[in-house]
Amino acid sequence: MPLQAIAFYVLAVVAVVAAFRVVTAKNPVHSVLFLILTFFSAAGLFVLLGAEFLAMLLVVVYVGAVAVLFLFVVMMLDIDFAKLRQGYVQYLPFGLIIAAVLLGEMVMVSSAVATRGAAAGHEALVAPANLSNAQAIGRVLYTDYVYYFQAAGIVLLIAMIGAIVLTLTHKPKVKRQDIASQVNRARKGAVAVVSVTTGEGISE
Amino acid sequence: MTIGLIHYLTVAALLFVIGVFGIFVNRKNVIVILMSIEMILLAVNINFAAFSAYLHDISGQVFAMFVLTVAAAEAAVGLAILVTFFRNRGNIAVDDASVMKG
Repeated sequence: MPLQAIAFYVLAVVAVVAAFRVVTAKNPVHSVLFLILTFFSAAGLFVLLGAEFLAMLLVVVYVGAVAVLFLFVVMMLDIDFAKLRQGYVQYLPFGLIIAAVLLGEMVMVSSAVATRGAAAGHEALVAPANLSNAQAIGRVLYTDYVYYFQAAGIVLLIAMIGAIVLTLTHKPKVKRQDIASQVNRARKGAVAVVSVTTGEGISE
Repeated sequence: MTIGLIHYLTVAALLFVIGVFGIFVNRKNVIVILMSIEMILLAVNINFAAFSAYLHDISGQVFAMFVLTVAAAEAAVGLAILVTFFRNRGNIAVDDASVMKG
């Protein structure tokens, strides 16, 4: 068995087992950690497919940002997770039936596509002739797909604005900067000249 | 035994199905539901990358990058909604989140 096949089976088994533990773990912190393991193994599969740039992107974006965001939220919110697991057994048979049917259908379609589809009989192009994977992606991403690239940027911007707007709260006791009132401040309303009589001081 | 397209597609199908299964069994825990959705999108990305390699076409990987973008945006907004929901209700049980039902 060649080394590539061994690597594939190890990564695939780890990914699937970790994914299963994500949905069955009792503690959501464990779920997040298994999710990180799933993404890491999937990144390894991407490397085997020759998609190195995508693999590194997966590690950086998912493991570095999304999974850590999940971890923050899980640890920040004080939630009784035992209560949330009620109904797990109730939905288990139904979920298993749906999952089995879906898996059967997907494997049938996949095997049909792999044996008779457009990709049938092709070998994986792991390393193109004289172009690294990142170069090959950059060549099409900034030319053919430049509008989609810009649209992806807008999607991220709007998601950022949405997340800020949703979670920003105005507490009445916290003083905030009000630039308009600061700029419009005039001498008249801010400074008062009071002539103090000797020995009496100033009272409000 | 060489690794072909069908192997990658099977792994992706398994991840997808586990994600769907997770949504069904963790109906109350919206955090695990969001994680299941991330796994489903990962399965889609594996399919894109596999077909990209076997069809010798880089477009699949570019599209997988866009899927990644949308998944990250979705996770950010979903968790923001979750935090706001927790602030208002004190728990995250989504099955009694029916105040908008009229």
